[in-house]
Amino acid sequence: MSGKPKLYYFDGRGKMESIRWLLAAAGVEFEEEFLETRDQYEKLLQGGSLMFQQVPMVEIDGMRMVQTRAILSYIAAKYNLYGKDLKERALIDTYIGGTDDLMGFIMIFPFLSAEDKEKQLAVIVQKATSRYFPVYEKVLKDHGQGFLVGNNFSWADVHLLEAILMVEEKKSDVLSGFPQLQAFKARISSIPTIKKFLEPGSQRKPVPDHKYVETVRRVLRMYYDVKAN
Amino acid sequence: MSGKPRLTYLNGRGRMESIRWLLAAAGVEFDEVYLETKEQYDKLIKDGFLLFQQVPLVEIDGMKMVQTRAIMSYIAGKYNLHGKDLKERALIDMYVEGISDLMQMILMFPFSPPDAKEKNLESIKERATNRYFPVFEKVLKQHGQDFLVGNKFSWADVQLMEAILAVEEKLPTVLSGFPQLQVFKTKMSNVPTIKKFLQPGSPRKPPPDAHYVETVLKVFKK
Repeated sequence: MSGKPKLYYFDGRGKMESIRWLLAAAGVEFEEEFLETRDQYEKLLQGGSLMFQQVPMVEIDGMRMVQTRAILSYIAAKYNLYGKDLKERALIDTYIGGTDDLMGFIMIFPFLSAEDKEKQLAVIVQKATSRYFPVYEKVLKDHGQGFLVGNNFSWADVHLLEAILMVEEKKSDVLSGFPQLQAFKARISSIPTIKKFLEPGSQRKPVPDHKYVETVRRVLRMYYDVKAN
Repeated sequence: MSGKPRLTYLNGRGRMESIRWLLAAAGVEFDEVYLETKEQYDKLIKDGFLLFQQVPLVEIDGMKMVQTRAIMSYIAGKYNLHGKDLKERALIDMYVEGISDLMQMILMFPFSPPDAKEKNLESIKERATNRYFPVFEKVLKQHGQDFLVGNKFSWADVQLMEAILAVEEKLPTVLSGFPQLQVFKTKMSNVPTIKKFLQPGSPRKPPPDAHYVETVLKVFKK
């Protein structure tokens, strides 16, 4: 075994993308096994490696970790991206909660009908610009520091950058009313590990397409209509 | 100010109930403010109390905390219910997150349309008995200890206890295939702080009824 963490998921973003971002930001190399067929998934299930029968699953430090939030928390703490004490951790967790909710609206997007997609796009932009971005804009403005929490690079910064880029993919000028976030985006993007992750050839996955949706539906036998929130 | 944590939510379970359970399990007394009208909620937002315009809100240690998971992680960390090291914390987090997925189904249940309720109840039964309860049955069987993680009472035990009781309210015989969980349930019921929380007059809230659903829809109406 290589000793590197190994990620089990589809060859696409979904719930695993935030984990890829965080490992990359921490400078940790990782391997990936992509689920393409139902058989692969059933084999994983039968082998007992999926605690709640779900992916993401990450083999790390002798554990088969499941549950995205648990995995992210573990990585953040292990690589000192989780604040210096309980109160900083609380702040980071709170900010993550916000960006997680925002990215949740985007995550279901590819699975919606064409009509629902149009409505959801409006929801995403509305939530981003009136509920979430203003919070982080104000945090950065109020303390004037380079990072969200404790004047130190943390998981919260990685997650926010990921969210910003995802919303921008849907509406390219969405940061126009947010000068602090524009500066934040430039600053965090130039951190060496993140810069590397943003370059072509990295393990960052592209915007989910038709093929990705088909693969997920096929492997999970998830053929029902997904409804928007 | 009393120094006690202060919870702001509706007068009912929802997303705040797990927080009530955890504070109670930790032996921490708390105050509660109940949202009854849209005006109260709008005022909270206007006054800048709700970071993302949402409740639960827990005022604790000088912070106005929002985001259920963040709040619970803080409480668990503060009261030593989050394991002794990173690996125990990882296990607790995995267990809590799994149980929380099951609790989410129960949380949404009162809001499902009448013609979907039977199907949703079936889903809860299926998930509880095929996906979630078997995991914890096996964990307890394998290590033979009283608590889920590290032979010590933790957030995971509290969350599992809450879930067991919540599912039993809907499906009274649901533990019939799970002898370890039956024993676990009895043991947890006898933990003094939990025993107290299970007695009448505690801050524990009753199962959501029509009035609760009505209040939720009214307060959060767009």
